[in-house]
Amino acid sequence: MNQYIFHPFVLPFVLGMAFVLTYCLVGLFRIIGQLPKDDRKKFWRSLVTPKTAWANIRDLFGDCLFHVKIWKRNPILGYMHSAIAFGWFMIIVIGHVMLFTLKPLQDVDVHGFARTFTNFYYPIFYKHFAEETPVFAFLMDFFLIVIITGIFIAVVKKIYSGVVGVKRVTKFGFADNMIRFALWTIFPFRLIAEKTNIMAFWWLYSIDLMIFMCMLPFTRYMHIPTEALFILLRHAGLKPREPRKGYALAQIYSCPSCGLCIDACPMSVNDKNSGNTSAYFMKKLRNANDAEAKRIAETCMQCGKCVAVCPVSIESCDIKMSQREATPYIINSDHSYLENVESSSSVNSTVLYFAGCMTQLTPKIMRSMKKIMEAAGENYEFLDKDGGICCGRPMMLSGKKSEAQAMIEKNTELIKKSGAKKLVLSCPICYKVFKEEYKLEGIEIQHHTQYINELIKNGKLKVSKGDVNYVYHDPCELGRAFGVYDEPREVLENVGNLRKAKSEKELSICCGGSLGSFNLTQQERDEITANSVDDLMYNHPDEIVTACPLCLKTFSKKSPVQVKDIAEIVSEKI
Amino acid sequence: MDFGFCLSPSSHVKMDSIDLTTFNRLKETNPDVNTCIACGSCTATCTAGNFTEMSFRRLLLMLQRGKEDEAKKMIQRCMLCGKCTLVCPRGINIRKILLDITR
Repeated sequence: MNQYIFHPFVLPFVLGMAFVLTYCLVGLFRIIGQLPKDDRKKFWRSLVTPKTAWANIRDLFGDCLFHVKIWKRNPILGYMHSAIAFGWFMIIVIGHVMLFTLKPLQDVDVHGFARTFTNFYYPIFYKHFAEETPVFAFLMDFFLIVIITGIFIAVVKKIYSGVVGVKRVTKFGFADNMIRFALWTIFPFRLIAEKTNIMAFWWLYSIDLMIFMCMLPFTRYMHIPTEALFILLRHAGLKPREPRKGYALAQIYSCPSCGLCIDACPMSVNDKNSGNTSAYFMKKLRNANDAEAKRIAETCMQCGKCVAVCPVSIESCDIKMSQREATPYIINSDHSYLENVESSSSVNSTVLYFAGCMTQLTPKIMRSMKKIMEAAGENYEFLDKDGGICCGRPMMLSGKKSEAQAMIEKNTELIKKSGAKKLVLSCPICYKVFKEEYKLEGIEIQHHTQYINELIKNGKLKVSKGDVNYVYHDPCELGRAFGVYDEPREVLENVGNLRKAKSEKELSICCGGSLGSFNLTQQERDEITANSVDDLMYNHPDEIVTACPLCLKTFSKKSPVQVKDIAEIVSEKI
Repeated sequence: MDFGFCLSPSSHVKMDSIDLTTFNRLKETNPDVNTCIACGSCTATCTAGNFTEMSFRRLLLMLQRGKEDEAKKMIQRCMLCGKCTLVCPRGINIRKILLDITR
């Protein structure tokens, strides 16, 4: 049997494979080497901790192999991606398994290194060298056809993305377009080569594979090998410290530029701003375009929707924050004046209410909360009756993490002094920073939606049900950040009828007022607000309800119906 | 010597000889500073203004008059809470301007 003899057409593939493996190995050491020491320790430990190890295995299979998240997001895209990626994986696996079922090398005496070398490319080109066994032959052909159906969808998506339910796709440069073309042609070439056994097609197939592998490290397809590492790092609980090093670098390479975040981003309502979405941000970082990356990081509203829809779970918001933190400031803040601030509230109350800056601008929320707490007979006190200190979150959003500490420390001191057991907040912006940065041991932190829901459930607060139709808007920092979706809805069902918005819960659209963005102009913000209001008005509610003073203020300008805070609605129904 | 009274130094600003670098730079990056009507809404709502003399309206005036040192001292008090931006009747992106002055 002469079929086993080496043929030079395998060389391009072998070269490409050797290159990509070397690159990935070097990249792996680089990323792990760039991690700060304590992060690295955390990473090694997470690999052997049963809980994270199990999460690793689950996600490696679920995300890398079966692409569960894309299926959930969009079944057609899920099929397209699985057909190509999982199909290819199966072909490689079956090819390797089939090696054992074939007769060993007979006529040609190949041993040692030569044998290993042969085995390296053998499963990729087996049909050129040997007869296949029937069951495996069927499986191989089946998966090859599956891949080609996937490629067909991909081609259709390229021509008209609307068919698969995607409005905007990422715009690619030369390299990304070329590697995509290489990927699309690999499998038809393989099919033709196998069925006709014409040498030219075996060459084309091998060269195509080489092009794909040699370009892989420099294009979005780098997400294939990197995602596995990213999953391990993510489960270790790391946070990106620098925008283009270590953990962040793993995320940059894991971004497949699929563009699902482009349609999701509230800014995309204006086509001009769709270039400011996470997919492009990751691309700018990868290309080391620091000026653009900085600009996009500062335009982002930090609503977190791109992270919620991302099929790879890339934490682009965190990377943008680390990019902001890397920006130097010439004049640093000086908040030493806070030291002399005295609390205006008296001691000995069980519930402490902190309205926050934004609620100071919407005093009706404060009045409503006062009425609710009085009706429930709570022993309460206002922390910032006559204007308090900012919670520090806006400072952190500006990338000035250390400078926010002065405010955080002072507020902590004032809260602890009050002796309260529970802290109720009206503003989700405050809620996030209190939950994440404040060290308030023994004090329960609640947003007023949770607090009111608890009062109603305990029977402390009696409300009457009306027949007004409400729609609830999930504030980004309450919903997506902390998953507080059910409590406000339960409250609203107690006082009226709840209608659904078009996009809800983790898909809710930012109101446009976000403090996260520096660069958005008032007009651009208004466009986002108008779009978000349209989305809420989908089922024609009588009133829009939100749980964030900033959303309330932003929506009030653009809404055709009345916008109210959840506390206002409840206080009306007492 | 104490006469029981004193003269305050002249607050006269010589517009021809002042240094307007910061303000001119600001005008380039944030053209909306020109649309300020000095209504003082920003000052009225300012969180830091509750404890200090922080006032964005005055800050802008200081920069226009070339009093950069005073302006820099004042801006350190800012907590960047963004209330000023929300209440501005001209839609000026004040928070961005405050950040831009400091870098």
